[in-house]
Amino acid sequence: MSQIDLNKLDNMQYDVLREIGNIGAGNATTALSQMINAKIDMKVPKVDLLEFKELSEIVGGAENLVVGILFALQGNIDGMMMFMMDIQASRHLVELLIGNEYGNGSGEFSEMELSALNEIGNIIAGAYLSSLSSLTNMLITSSVPYMAIDMAGAILSVPAIEFGKIGDKALLIQTEFGDEERSVNGYFILIPTLESYGEILSSLGL
Amino acid sequence: MSDMIKVGMADLNVCTSPNVITTLGLGSCVGIVLHDPIRKIAGMVHVMLPDSKKILNNENKAKFADTGIDALILEMTKIGADRRGLIAKIAGGAQMFAFSSNNEMMRIGDRNVEATKLKLQQLGIVIKAEDTGANYGRTIEFYPETGMLLIKSVGKEKKLI
Repeated sequence: MSQIDLNKLDNMQYDVLREIGNIGAGNATTALSQMINAKIDMKVPKVDLLEFKELSEIVGGAENLVVGILFALQGNIDGMMMFMMDIQASRHLVELLIGNEYGNGSGEFSEMELSALNEIGNIIAGAYLSSLSSLTNMLITSSVPYMAIDMAGAILSVPAIEFGKIGDKALLIQTEFGDEERSVNGYFILIPTLESYGEILSSLGL
Repeated sequence: MSDMIKVGMADLNVCTSPNVITTLGLGSCVGIVLHDPIRKIAGMVHVMLPDSKKILNNENKAKFADTGIDALILEMTKIGADRRGLIAKIAGGAQMFAFSSNNEMMRIGDRNVEATKLKLQQLGIVIKAEDTGANYGRTIEFYPETGMLLIKSVGKEKKLI
């Protein structure tokens, strides 16, 4: 099994990880599009290896309010996956899915809306992981979604800490998607353990 | 006019009055403030992990509770702080997601707080105040002039400890 050093990824490995992000996010967007029964466009994902300090900047600053939905991964790979989007994007998606008659008018999400958000996370993560699973021929199962709405820095600390165990940078796959009216930004963060990185890449012949 | 000195994730910095030192969006990480109240010198480190000895890649000292505190004291003494007069205030170490499992990976906030307290105890530095645990993020600002730590969270009252 190959040992991967995240700070020394070669171009080939980088491209493969980008492609994984691309296929995963593509499937997730399709799933989302079917769920809300509307056309959703997706831009080519950006794959970045970021310093911890830079991590929260890309989502509008450490104090920006975001929704984070986290899944623990099991099966042939261990790790976590997180889907994150800012609060406006989340509200927009929830309204597309269940309309706006369930809001409680307080600016905070109602029980029903939170449940819808969890389901959005579930579907997106499920589509993402199943494409990764069929691409690599590995069995990957995920936990139930865990959601938190808080400052981006605080939410990102959870995956950052996992990356912190293996290096000083985090691998982030950023996907922008949206419908005709407005675009929403979503971020996928796949956090396999170091061994799992090796297994993913070697399952693809690298 | 006072400046706001920022400390990033896995980062440390020092600050003297009238300036203010801050770190934004602490989650499971712990923000440790050391203060020399007589010389009005403060230092802050934003640690991510409890123990540098358990991790192979441990060059960045500010990433760990054990080495981060040592490195911070060193930086503070360089600008004139008295090692024996230091007191501490700590914040963070939240559990951001309500995991049902008792997986070690998920208890990282608690472990960061435990490691921080242990290290400070070993060094004989008293913790004057703390705001740790729970399930929400914190932005903290420390004022070396007054020795007060301001804690801001989403949807909560500001707290001064």
